[in-house]
Amino acid sequence: MAWTRDEMAARAASELRDGFYVNLGIGIPTLVANYIPAGMHVTLQSENGMLGMGPFPYEGEEDADLINAGKQTITELDSSSYFSSADSFAMIRGGHIALSILGGMQVSEKGDLANWMVPGKVVKGMGGAMDLVAGVKRVVVVMDHVEKSGAPKLLKACTLPLTGAGVVDLLITDLGVFEINRGKSPLKLTALAAGVTLEEIQAKTEAVFEVGL
Amino acid sequence: MAGKTQKDAAEALAGVLFDGMTIMAGGFGLCGIPENLIAAIRETGVKNLTVVSNNCGIDGFGLGVLLESGQIKKMISSYVGENKLFEKLYLSGELELEFNPQGTLAERIRAGGAGIPAFFTKTGVGTLVAEGKEVREFDGELYVMERGLTADLAIVKAYTGDAEGNLVYRKTARNFNPMMATAGKVTIAEIEHLVPIGALDKDNIHTPGIYVDRIFVGASFEKRIERVTTRPREEKASA
Repeated sequence: MAWTRDEMAARAASELRDGFYVNLGIGIPTLVANYIPAGMHVTLQSENGMLGMGPFPYEGEEDADLINAGKQTITELDSSSYFSSADSFAMIRGGHIALSILGGMQVSEKGDLANWMVPGKVVKGMGGAMDLVAGVKRVVVVMDHVEKSGAPKLLKACTLPLTGAGVVDLLITDLGVFEINRGKSPLKLTALAAGVTLEEIQAKTEAVFEVGL
Repeated sequence: MAGKTQKDAAEALAGVLFDGMTIMAGGFGLCGIPENLIAAIRETGVKNLTVVSNNCGIDGFGLGVLLESGQIKKMISSYVGENKLFEKLYLSGELELEFNPQGTLAERIRAGGAGIPAFFTKTGVGTLVAEGKEVREFDGELYVMERGLTADLAIVKAYTGDAEGNLVYRKTARNFNPMMATAGKVTIAEIEHLVPIGALDKDNIHTPGIYVDRIFVGASFEKRIERVTTRPREEKASA
Protein backbone atom coordinates (compact mmCIF):
# COMPACT_ATOMS: atom_id res chain seq x y z
CA MET A 1 0.00 0.00 0.00
CA ALA A 2 1.53 3.20 -1.16
CA TRP A 3 0.41 6.67 -0.10
CA THR A 4 -2.32 8.32 -2.19
CA ARG A 5 -1.87 11.79 -3.70
CA ASP A 6 -3.74 13.26 -0.75
CA GLU A 7 -1.66 11.35 1.78
CA MET A 8 1.50 12.64 0.09
CA ALA A 9 0.11 16.17 0.24
CA ALA A 10 -0.76 15.75 3.93
CA ARG A 11 2.77 14.50 4.59
CA ALA A 12 4.20 17.55 2.78
CA ALA A 13 1.94 19.80 4.86
CA SER A 14 3.83 18.68 7.98
CA GLU A 15 6.71 20.81 6.62
CA LEU A 16 4.62 23.98 7.11
CA ARG A 17 5.27 26.27 10.08
CA ASP A 18 3.31 29.18 11.49
CA GLY A 19 4.16 32.43 9.71
CA PHE A 20 5.65 30.75 6.63
CA TYR A 21 5.45 32.26 3.15
CA VAL A 22 5.11 29.24 0.85
CA ASN A 23 5.06 28.56 -2.88
CA LEU A 24 3.16 25.46 -4.00
CA GLY A 25 3.73 23.97 -7.46
CA ILE A 26 1.21 22.43 -9.81
CA GLY A 27 -0.31 18.97 -9.17
CA ILE A 28 0.04 17.22 -5.81
CA PRO A 29 1.78 20.28 -4.25
CA THR A 30 -1.41 22.32 -4.90
CA LEU A 31 -3.29 19.84 -2.67
CA VAL A 32 -1.03 20.77 0.27
CA ALA A 33 -3.20 23.88 0.73
CA ASN A 34 -6.03 21.57 1.86
CA TYR A 35 -3.91 20.27 4.76
CA ILE A 36 -2.71 23.49 6.41
CA PRO A 37 -3.27 22.77 10.12
CA ALA A 38 -6.13 24.71 11.70
CA GLY A 39 -4.93 27.85 13.44
CA MET A 40 -1.62 27.95 11.54
CA HIS A 41 -1.05 31.15 9.56
CA VAL A 42 0.55 30.31 6.22
CA THR A 43 0.67 32.75 3.28
CA LEU A 44 0.66 31.21 -0.19
CA GLN A 45 2.64 32.93 -2.91
CA SER A 46 1.69 32.58 -6.56
CA GLU A 47 4.70 33.42 -8.71
CA ASN A 48 2.64 35.18 -11.38
CA GLY A 49 2.31 38.02 -8.87
CA MET A 50 0.26 37.47 -5.72
CA LEU A 51 0.71 36.89 -2.00
CA GLY A 52 -2.20 35.50 -0.02
CA MET A 53 -3.91 33.14 -2.44
CA GLY A 54 -7.48 32.34 -1.50
CA PRO A 55 -9.55 29.27 -2.43
CA PHE A 56 -11.13 28.61 -5.82
CA PRO A 57 -14.10 30.91 -6.53
CA TYR A 58 -17.73 29.86 -6.46
CA GLU A 59 -19.15 29.08 -9.88
CA GLY A 60 -20.12 32.30 -11.63
CA GLU A 61 -17.62 34.38 -9.60
CA GLU A 62 -14.51 33.56 -11.67
CA ASP A 63 -12.37 36.61 -12.55
CA ALA A 64 -10.18 36.41 -15.68
CA ASP A 65 -7.75 38.85 -14.03
CA LEU A 66 -7.23 36.61 -11.00
CA ILE A 67 -5.43 33.33 -11.64
CA ASN A 68 -2.67 31.28 -10.02
CA ALA A 69 0.57 30.05 -11.59
CA GLY A 70 -1.30 26.99 -12.90
CA LYS A 71 -3.66 29.38 -14.75
CA GLN A 72 -6.55 28.31 -12.50
CA THR A 73 -9.10 30.86 -11.32
CA ILE A 74 -8.62 31.72 -7.63
CA THR A 75 -9.82 34.32 -5.12
CA GLU A 76 -8.12 36.96 -2.99
CA LEU A 77 -8.07 37.31 0.79
CA ASP A 78 -8.32 40.51 2.83
CA SER A 79 -4.56 40.20 3.38
CA SER A 80 -3.64 39.64 -0.30
CA SER A 81 -1.29 41.78 -2.35
CA TYR A 82 -0.50 41.93 -6.07
CA PHE A 83 2.81 42.76 -7.73
CA SER A 84 4.74 42.38 -10.97
CA SER A 85 6.62 39.25 -12.09
CA ALA A 86 9.92 41.04 -11.38
CA ASP A 87 8.85 41.75 -7.78
CA SER A 88 7.54 38.21 -7.45
CA PHE A 89 10.85 36.65 -8.43
CA ALA A 90 12.78 39.14 -6.33
CA MET A 91 10.93 37.57 -3.38
CA ILE A 92 11.81 34.10 -4.62
CA ARG A 93 15.42 34.70 -5.68
CA GLY A 94 16.08 36.92 -2.71
CA GLY A 95 15.36 34.14 -0.22
CA HIS A 96 12.18 35.67 1.22
CA ILE A 97 10.07 32.55 0.63
CA ALA A 98 10.49 29.92 3.37
CA LEU A 99 9.34 26.81 1.56
CA SER A 100 8.79 25.60 -2.01
CA ILE A 101 6.91 22.35 -2.61
CA LEU A 102 7.06 21.15 -6.20
CA GLY A 103 6.78 18.10 -8.42
CA GLY A 104 9.63 16.18 -10.01
CA MET A 105 10.50 13.83 -12.87
CA GLN A 106 13.83 12.70 -11.37
CA VAL A 107 15.76 13.41 -8.17
CA SER A 108 19.36 12.38 -7.48
CA GLU A 109 21.07 11.43 -4.23
CA LYS A 110 23.12 14.64 -4.64
CA GLY A 111 19.95 16.71 -4.42
CA ASP A 112 19.68 17.43 -8.14
CA LEU A 113 16.18 17.91 -9.55
CA ALA A 114 14.91 17.40 -13.12
CA ASN A 115 11.33 18.41 -13.81
CA TRP A 116 11.13 20.58 -16.89
CA MET A 117 11.85 18.72 -20.10
CA VAL A 118 12.33 15.41 -21.85
CA PRO A 119 14.59 16.10 -24.84
CA GLY A 120 12.83 15.52 -28.16
CA LYS A 121 9.55 14.67 -26.44
CA VAL A 122 8.20 17.12 -23.93
CA VAL A 123 8.92 20.77 -24.62
CA LYS A 124 7.01 22.78 -22.10
CA GLY A 125 9.58 24.91 -20.32
CA MET A 126 10.76 25.46 -16.80
CA GLY A 127 8.40 28.30 -15.90
CA GLY A 128 9.43 29.49 -12.44
CA ALA A 129 10.84 26.16 -11.20
CA MET A 130 14.53 27.02 -11.72
CA ASP A 131 14.14 30.30 -9.82
CA LEU A 132 12.25 28.60 -7.00
CA VAL A 133 14.83 25.86 -6.40
CA ALA A 134 17.68 28.38 -6.65
CA GLY A 135 16.21 30.95 -4.28
CA VAL A 136 13.79 29.42 -1.78
CA LYS A 137 15.21 28.48 1.63
CA ARG A 138 13.80 24.93 1.79
CA VAL A 139 12.83 22.84 -1.24
CA VAL A 140 10.55 19.82 -0.91
CA VAL A 141 9.84 17.59 -3.92
CA VAL A 142 6.70 15.45 -4.08
CA MET A 143 6.58 12.77 -6.80
CA ASP A 144 5.74 9.14 -7.55
CA HIS A 145 8.57 6.83 -6.55
CA VAL A 146 8.83 5.17 -9.97
CA GLU A 147 7.74 5.95 -13.52
CA LYS A 148 4.70 4.29 -15.07
CA SER A 149 7.16 1.87 -16.71
CA GLY A 150 8.47 0.96 -13.26
CA ALA A 151 11.81 2.72 -13.85
CA PRO A 152 13.22 4.36 -10.71
CA LYS A 153 13.10 8.16 -10.38
CA LEU A 154 15.34 8.49 -7.31
CA LEU A 155 18.71 8.02 -9.00
CA LYS A 156 22.45 8.23 -8.47
CA ALA A 157 22.44 10.97 -11.12
CA CYS A 158 19.58 12.47 -13.14
CA THR A 159 19.52 11.56 -16.84
CA LEU A 160 17.13 14.39 -17.79
CA PRO A 161 18.20 18.06 -18.04
CA LEU A 162 18.42 19.56 -14.56
CA THR A 163 16.17 22.18 -13.04
CA GLY A 164 18.77 22.75 -10.33
CA ALA A 165 21.92 21.07 -8.98
CA GLY A 166 22.10 20.26 -5.25
CA VAL A 167 18.82 22.00 -4.46
CA VAL A 168 16.47 19.40 -2.92
CA ASP A 169 16.15 19.25 0.88
CA LEU A 170 13.42 16.62 1.24
CA LEU A 171 11.74 14.11 -1.07
CA ILE A 172 8.26 12.69 -0.46
CA THR A 173 7.16 9.84 -2.71
CA ASP A 174 4.19 7.49 -2.57
CA LEU A 175 6.49 4.95 -0.87
CA GLY A 176 8.37 7.04 1.69
CA VAL A 177 10.26 10.14 2.77
CA PHE A 178 13.96 10.85 2.14
CA GLU A 179 16.19 13.49 3.66
CA ILE A 180 18.49 14.74 0.92
CA ASN A 181 19.86 17.92 2.51
CA ARG A 182 21.01 19.26 -0.87
CA GLY A 183 23.50 16.41 -1.10
CA LYS A 184 25.52 17.73 1.87
CA SER A 185 24.90 14.53 3.85
CA PRO A 186 24.20 10.95 2.74
CA LEU A 187 20.69 10.29 1.42
CA LYS A 188 18.54 8.96 4.26
CA LEU A 189 15.15 7.19 4.28
CA THR A 190 13.23 8.62 7.25
CA ALA A 191 9.70 7.23 6.77
CA LEU A 192 7.98 4.39 4.93
CA ALA A 193 4.38 4.52 3.71
CA ALA A 194 2.12 2.11 5.57
CA GLY A 195 2.50 -1.41 4.21
CA VAL A 196 5.66 -0.63 2.23
CA THR A 197 8.69 -2.74 3.13
CA LEU A 198 12.32 -1.70 3.14
CA GLU A 199 12.99 -4.41 0.55
CA GLU A 200 10.34 -2.97 -1.79
CA ILE A 201 11.63 0.60 -1.60
CA GLN A 202 15.23 -0.58 -2.02
CA ALA A 203 14.24 -2.55 -5.12
CA LYS A 204 12.55 0.52 -6.61
CA THR A 205 15.39 2.98 -5.87
CA GLU A 206 18.60 3.34 -7.87
CA ALA A 207 20.19 5.77 -5.42
CA VAL A 208 22.08 4.42 -2.43
CA PHE A 209 20.53 5.46 0.90
CA GLU A 210 20.94 5.07 4.63
CA VAL A 211 17.99 3.93 6.71
CA GLY A 212 16.98 6.23 9.55
CA LEU A 213 13.44 5.11 10.32
CA MET B 1 3.38 67.68 -28.81
CA ALA B 2 1.18 65.10 -30.46
CA GLY B 3 -1.10 63.30 -28.01
CA LYS B 4 -0.53 59.68 -27.00
CA THR B 5 -4.18 58.68 -27.27
CA GLN B 6 -5.07 56.63 -30.34
CA LYS B 7 -8.39 55.57 -31.80
CA ASP B 8 -7.74 51.83 -31.94
CA ALA B 9 -5.08 49.13 -32.19
CA ALA B 10 -4.49 49.62 -35.94
CA GLU B 11 -3.91 53.38 -35.51
CA ALA B 12 -1.65 52.76 -32.51
CA LEU B 13 0.52 50.36 -34.55
CA ALA B 14 0.82 52.67 -37.58
CA GLY B 15 4.44 53.12 -38.65
CA VAL B 16 6.05 51.02 -35.92
CA LEU B 17 6.00 47.51 -37.39
CA PHE B 18 8.69 46.00 -39.63
CA ASP B 19 9.67 42.50 -40.67
CA GLY B 20 12.28 40.88 -38.41
CA MET B 21 11.54 43.09 -35.41
CA THR B 22 11.46 42.06 -31.75
CA ILE B 23 8.17 42.49 -29.90
CA MET B 24 7.58 42.06 -26.15
CA ALA B 25 4.03 41.06 -25.27
CA GLY B 26 2.73 41.29 -21.70
CA GLY B 27 0.63 38.67 -19.98
CA PHE B 28 0.86 35.40 -18.06
CA GLY B 29 -1.03 32.66 -19.84
CA LEU B 30 -4.08 34.49 -21.21
CA CYS B 31 -4.22 36.80 -18.18
CA GLY B 32 -3.36 40.42 -18.94
CA ILE B 33 -2.53 39.95 -22.62
CA PRO B 34 -2.90 42.82 -25.14
CA GLU B 35 -5.47 40.89 -27.17
CA ASN B 36 -6.54 43.80 -29.41
CA LEU B 37 -2.93 44.56 -30.41
CA ILE B 38 -2.18 40.90 -31.10
CA ALA B 39 -5.21 40.67 -33.40
CA ALA B 40 -4.18 43.90 -35.18
CA ILE B 41 -0.58 42.67 -35.64
CA ARG B 42 -1.98 39.56 -37.31
CA GLU B 43 -3.94 41.77 -39.73
CA THR B 44 -0.81 43.67 -40.80
CA GLY B 45 0.96 40.46 -41.87
CA VAL B 46 4.31 41.64 -40.43
CA LYS B 47 6.61 38.62 -40.28
CA ASN B 48 9.85 37.04 -39.02
CA LEU B 49 9.02 38.32 -35.56
CA THR B 50 10.99 37.53 -32.45
CA VAL B 51 8.43 37.59 -29.65
CA VAL B 52 9.34 37.89 -25.98
CA SER B 53 6.48 36.67 -23.82
CA ASN B 54 6.24 34.35 -20.83
CA ASN B 55 3.90 32.03 -22.76
CA CYS B 56 2.65 31.85 -26.33
CA GLY B 57 -1.10 31.92 -25.82
CA ILE B 58 -3.15 28.84 -26.60
CA ASP B 59 -4.20 27.26 -29.88
CA GLY B 60 -6.44 29.88 -31.53
CA PHE B 61 -6.13 32.71 -29.01
CA GLY B 62 -3.58 35.21 -27.77
CA LEU B 63 -0.13 34.88 -29.37
CA GLY B 64 -1.28 31.47 -30.66
CA VAL B 65 -2.90 33.30 -33.60
CA LEU B 66 0.50 34.68 -34.71
CA LEU B 67 1.91 31.15 -34.63
CA GLU B 68 -0.93 29.91 -36.81
CA SER B 69 -0.33 32.70 -39.32
CA GLY B 70 3.39 31.87 -39.43
CA GLN B 71 4.44 35.40 -38.41
CA ILE B 72 6.67 34.34 -35.51
CA LYS B 73 10.23 33.20 -36.23
CA LYS B 74 11.45 32.93 -32.66
CA MET B 75 9.98 32.91 -29.15
CA ILE B 76 11.72 33.82 -25.91
CA SER B 77 9.52 32.30 -23.19
CA SER B 78 9.56 30.36 -19.93
CA TYR B 79 6.64 27.98 -20.52
CA VAL B 80 4.77 26.96 -23.66
CA GLY B 81 3.00 23.84 -22.41
CA GLU B 82 -0.53 25.11 -23.15
CA ASN B 83 0.02 25.31 -26.90
CA LYS B 84 0.08 22.16 -29.03
CA LEU B 85 0.88 23.99 -32.27
CA PHE B 86 3.89 25.53 -30.56
CA GLU B 87 5.31 22.13 -29.62
CA LYS B 88 4.71 20.82 -33.16
CA LEU B 89 6.38 23.81 -34.87
CA TYR B 90 9.32 23.66 -32.50
CA LEU B 91 9.94 19.92 -32.78
CA SER B 92 9.73 20.15 -36.58
CA GLY B 93 12.30 22.98 -36.60
CA GLU B 94 9.95 25.64 -38.03
CA LEU B 95 10.15 27.77 -34.89
CA GLU B 96 13.15 28.88 -32.85
CA LEU B 97 12.81 28.87 -29.11
CA GLU B 98 14.86 30.28 -26.28
CA PHE B 99 13.72 29.12 -22.85
CA ASN B 100 14.42 31.50 -19.98
CA PRO B 101 13.53 30.75 -16.36
CA GLN B 102 10.53 32.91 -15.55
CA GLY B 103 12.29 35.04 -12.96
CA THR B 104 15.32 35.44 -15.18
CA LEU B 105 13.07 36.55 -18.04
CA ALA B 106 11.32 39.08 -15.80
CA GLU B 107 14.64 40.41 -14.51
CA ARG B 108 16.22 40.57 -18.00
CA ILE B 109 13.34 42.79 -19.09
CA ARG B 110 13.45 44.90 -15.92
CA ALA B 111 17.22 45.32 -16.36
CA GLY B 112 16.86 46.15 -20.06
CA GLY B 113 14.35 48.88 -19.32
CA ALA B 114 16.53 50.23 -16.51
CA GLY B 115 19.71 50.50 -18.61
CA ILE B 116 21.45 47.54 -16.97
CA PRO B 117 23.21 45.43 -19.64
CA ALA B 118 23.77 42.31 -17.52
CA PHE B 119 23.36 40.85 -14.04
CA PHE B 120 24.26 37.70 -12.11
CA THR B 121 21.72 35.21 -10.75
CA LYS B 122 21.83 31.84 -9.00
CA THR B 123 18.95 30.63 -11.16
CA GLY B 124 20.05 28.03 -13.71
CA VAL B 125 23.59 27.41 -12.42
CA GLY B 126 24.54 23.82 -13.27
CA THR B 127 21.77 23.49 -15.91
CA LEU B 128 21.41 23.91 -19.69
CA VAL B 129 20.44 27.52 -19.07
CA ALA B 130 23.98 28.39 -17.96
CA GLU B 131 25.70 26.81 -20.97
CA GLY B 132 27.88 29.28 -22.85
CA LYS B 133 27.39 31.98 -20.21
CA GLU B 134 29.88 33.42 -17.75
CA VAL B 135 29.63 31.82 -14.30
CA ARG B 136 31.25 33.75 -11.45
CA GLU B 137 31.65 33.13 -7.72
CA PHE B 138 30.40 35.74 -5.25
CA ASP B 139 30.69 35.13 -1.51
CA GLY B 140 31.27 31.41 -2.04
CA GLU B 141 28.28 30.83 -4.33
CA LEU B 142 28.09 30.46 -8.11
CA TYR B 143 26.05 32.83 -10.26
CA VAL B 144 25.41 32.94 -13.99
CA MET B 145 25.50 36.15 -16.02
CA GLU B 146 22.29 37.04 -17.85
CA ARG B 147 21.83 39.95 -20.26
CA GLY B 148 19.31 42.77 -20.06
CA LEU B 149 16.63 42.56 -22.73
CA THR B 150 14.96 45.29 -24.77
CA ALA B 151 12.64 45.22 -27.79
CA ASP B 152 11.71 47.33 -30.82
CA LEU B 153 8.13 47.34 -29.55
CA ALA B 154 6.45 46.48 -26.26
CA ILE B 155 2.71 45.81 -26.24
CA VAL B 156 1.09 45.85 -22.82
CA LYS B 157 -2.38 45.60 -21.31
CA ALA B 158 -3.59 47.66 -18.37
CA TYR B 159 -6.98 48.08 -16.72
CA THR B 160 -7.08 51.86 -16.39
CA GLY B 161 -5.04 54.62 -17.97
CA ASP B 162 -5.04 58.31 -18.84
CA ALA B 163 -3.93 60.44 -21.81
CA GLU B 164 -0.49 60.93 -20.20
CA GLY B 165 0.05 57.17 -20.48
CA ASN B 166 -0.15 56.53 -16.74
CA LEU B 167 -1.28 52.94 -16.20
CA VAL B 168 -2.92 50.90 -13.45
CA TYR B 169 -3.13 47.13 -13.75
CA ARG B 170 -5.71 44.89 -12.12
CA LYS B 171 -4.95 41.88 -9.87
CA THR B 172 -2.71 39.19 -11.43
CA ALA B 173 -3.15 40.72 -14.90
CA ARG B 174 -0.17 42.92 -13.96
CA ASN B 175 2.50 40.16 -14.33
CA PHE B 176 5.07 41.05 -17.03
CA ASN B 177 3.33 44.22 -18.25
CA PRO B 178 5.10 46.82 -16.05
CA MET B 179 8.63 45.64 -16.95
CA MET B 180 7.85 45.31 -20.63
CA ALA B 181 6.42 48.84 -20.70
CA THR B 182 9.89 50.09 -19.71
CA ALA B 183 11.85 47.96 -22.20
CA GLY B 184 10.30 48.82 -25.56
CA LYS B 185 11.84 51.42 -27.89
CA VAL B 186 8.16 52.07 -28.55
CA THR B 187 5.55 51.03 -25.98
CA ILE B 188 1.87 50.77 -26.79
CA ALA B 189 -0.69 50.21 -24.03
CA GLU B 190 -4.19 48.93 -24.57
CA ILE B 191 -6.53 49.61 -21.68
CA GLU B 192 -10.06 48.80 -20.64
CA HIS B 193 -10.92 52.20 -19.22
CA LEU B 194 -9.57 55.66 -20.14
CA VAL B 195 -10.03 58.15 -17.31
CA PRO B 196 -9.51 61.94 -17.32
CA ILE B 197 -6.06 63.22 -16.33
CA GLY B 198 -6.09 63.71 -12.58
CA ALA B 199 -8.54 60.88 -11.92
CA LEU B 200 -5.89 58.27 -11.10
CA ASP B 201 -4.50 58.18 -7.56
CA LYS B 202 -1.00 59.60 -8.07
CA ASP B 203 0.42 57.48 -5.26
CA ASN B 204 -0.84 54.30 -6.91
CA ILE B 205 0.20 54.53 -10.55
CA HIS B 206 1.94 51.28 -11.53
CA THR B 207 3.51 52.50 -14.79
CA PRO B 208 4.28 56.22 -15.04
CA GLY B 209 3.40 57.72 -18.42
CA ILE B 210 7.02 58.34 -19.45
CA TYR B 211 7.24 54.69 -20.53
CA VAL B 212 4.11 54.74 -22.69
CA ASP B 213 4.22 56.23 -26.21
CA ARG B 214 0.73 55.38 -27.40
CA ILE B 215 -2.45 54.39 -25.57
CA PHE B 216 -5.93 53.34 -26.66
CA VAL B 217 -9.06 51.71 -25.29
CA GLY B 218 -9.45 48.16 -26.63
CA ALA B 219 -12.50 47.71 -28.87
CA SER B 220 -13.45 44.53 -27.05
CA PHE B 221 -11.94 42.25 -24.44
CA GLU B 222 -12.71 38.57 -24.57
CA LYS B 223 -10.53 37.90 -21.49
CA ARG B 224 -10.66 34.15 -21.91
CA ILE B 225 -9.95 31.94 -18.89
CA GLU B 226 -7.63 28.99 -19.44
CA ARG B 227 -8.70 26.85 -16.48
CA VAL B 228 -12.00 27.68 -14.87
CA THR B 229 -11.69 26.13 -11.41
CA THR B 230 -14.44 26.50 -8.83
CA ARG B 231 -15.49 25.11 -5.47
CA PRO B 232 -19.00 23.89 -4.65
CA ARG B 233 -21.48 26.36 -3.16
CA GLU B 234 -22.27 24.00 -0.24
CA GLU B 235 -18.94 24.89 1.34
CA LYS B 236 -20.28 28.37 2.02
CA ALA B 237 -22.96 27.09 4.39
CA SER B 238 -20.63 24.72 6.23
CA ALA B 239 -17.72 27.20 6.45
